[in-house]
Amino acid sequence: MVVTAARTPLYEEHVRLGAQMTNFGGWVMPLQYSTIREEHRAVREAVGLFDLSHMGELRIADESLAQRVVSRDVARLKPGRIQYALLCDKDGGIIDDVLVYAMPDASYWLVVNAGNQDGDFEWIRSQSSGSSPARGGGQGEGSVLNVGREWTLIGVQGPRAVGLVQRLTRSELGSVKYYAFVEGTVADVPCVISRTGYTGEDGFELFCANADAVRLWRALLDEGQSDGIRPAGLGARDTLRLEAGMRLYGNDMDRDTNPLEAGLDWTLNLDKDFIGRTAIIQARERGLARVLVGFKMLDRSIPRHGYRVVSDGERVGTVSSGNVAFTLGYNIGMAYVPPALAEPGTQFGVDVRGTAAPAEVVQLPFYKRPHPK
Amino acid sequence: MAELSGMRFAETHEWVKKDGETATVGISEYAQSQLGDVIYLELPAVGQQLDAGARLGVIESVKAASDLYSPVGGEVTEVNQELKDHPEYVNQDPYGKGWIIKLRAVKDNPKLLDQKAYDAFVEGQSH
Repeated sequence: MVVTAARTPLYEEHVRLGAQMTNFGGWVMPLQYSTIREEHRAVREAVGLFDLSHMGELRIADESLAQRVVSRDVARLKPGRIQYALLCDKDGGIIDDVLVYAMPDASYWLVVNAGNQDGDFEWIRSQSSGSSPARGGGQGEGSVLNVGREWTLIGVQGPRAVGLVQRLTRSELGSVKYYAFVEGTVADVPCVISRTGYTGEDGFELFCANADAVRLWRALLDEGQSDGIRPAGLGARDTLRLEAGMRLYGNDMDRDTNPLEAGLDWTLNLDKDFIGRTAIIQARERGLARVLVGFKMLDRSIPRHGYRVVSDGERVGTVSSGNVAFTLGYNIGMAYVPPALAEPGTQFGVDVRGTAAPAEVVQLPFYKRPHPK
Repeated sequence: MAELSGMRFAETHEWVKKDGETATVGISEYAQSQLGDVIYLELPAVGQQLDAGARLGVIESVKAASDLYSPVGGEVTEVNQELKDHPEYVNQDPYGKGWIIKLRAVKDNPKLLDQKAYDAFVEGQSH
């Protein structure tokens, strides 16, 4: 078997740090450096460092094209601001979940899932024929560019993340709000400094040129020693995002899921036109057959993606994500169930190897970081 | 780490060590490193009879759930109760306090590997 997974510019750093590597979305990425439990805790209590370079970046210069493919009204986004949004197909199915960055040059950046990068790019390009040519360029320039392989993305997440990055930059980070970004330098490396993350903690995601990746990574690790920094892999990233109630594309949503079922109504601006809008409105009028809920296990068994949800001996739904919640001390999951079973406090079973393990619906997110005083 | 001499291994990565009439069973260092953070074990009841190669339970890590197989036949006399609250012992000390079950009336299994042969087997698997 020949595996051709791409390596990020930080691959050698991960190997040097003793990471166990895994293939994810076409990339060979660190799964863990020490243990998932320790890395998870470091992010909740101190600061963790993530290589997120597998994430894709697409650049759309044409606002009307961005409006057509993105579920939210990008025109409302001021330069320097970011929104979480969806790409939907004409049936309302979710093609990807993305972050939309409004750049100072009036273009939009989409940060997309690793495994979807090329598919998203092709799909957006196929939608661009009817739109006006890209600003500053003709049709030949293309109204969407696939620039993901030119960028390294490093996540710095945890209660000590802001202080750590602040010590390495002259940018005034206190004025960078959640879901906003500035361009500046960190450890003398030119970066887009984005106050975003996928862990439920405060922190930044830093975009830099591939050539600067190792320098930035090492500078953050060095400077972060006094904060108790740990490099953290995809294992901890998954347990962290689950506690924070954040959906994972491919697990908790896909093209067979519409945004209403996924509980992502807030990512839709139905008062503007975008691909999938009509189908989503129709789905809402028809009523939903299933919705995503969070649940906690009432025993020690562990729910997993694909396990059946059962009630009164009948299959009524499916677990989309599940695992241990290290921070909470019990096991949690998300599942698609009929709306009648979606109220917090409702109990159902999760079929764990033939036994209906008891579970109870709880409000999402499972974990919310304590607010700084 | 516990003394490894006298330990034998199954190709399914469990170890067994006989001490008089009792055999202690756990999983190998290689197995724990592949599983990663162990978070839950589903173990047999004391008194249960197991055949060599029979499924004895399930071990769950953050990554996945995996079946455990008994390397030898026998009757379960003890399960490691400490693992209920400290499943991470399997990671921290797989040949010591991370032991999983004890058996008596042990029926031997000639297919088990000694440590050298097991190490070679693992080496072969990871290439």
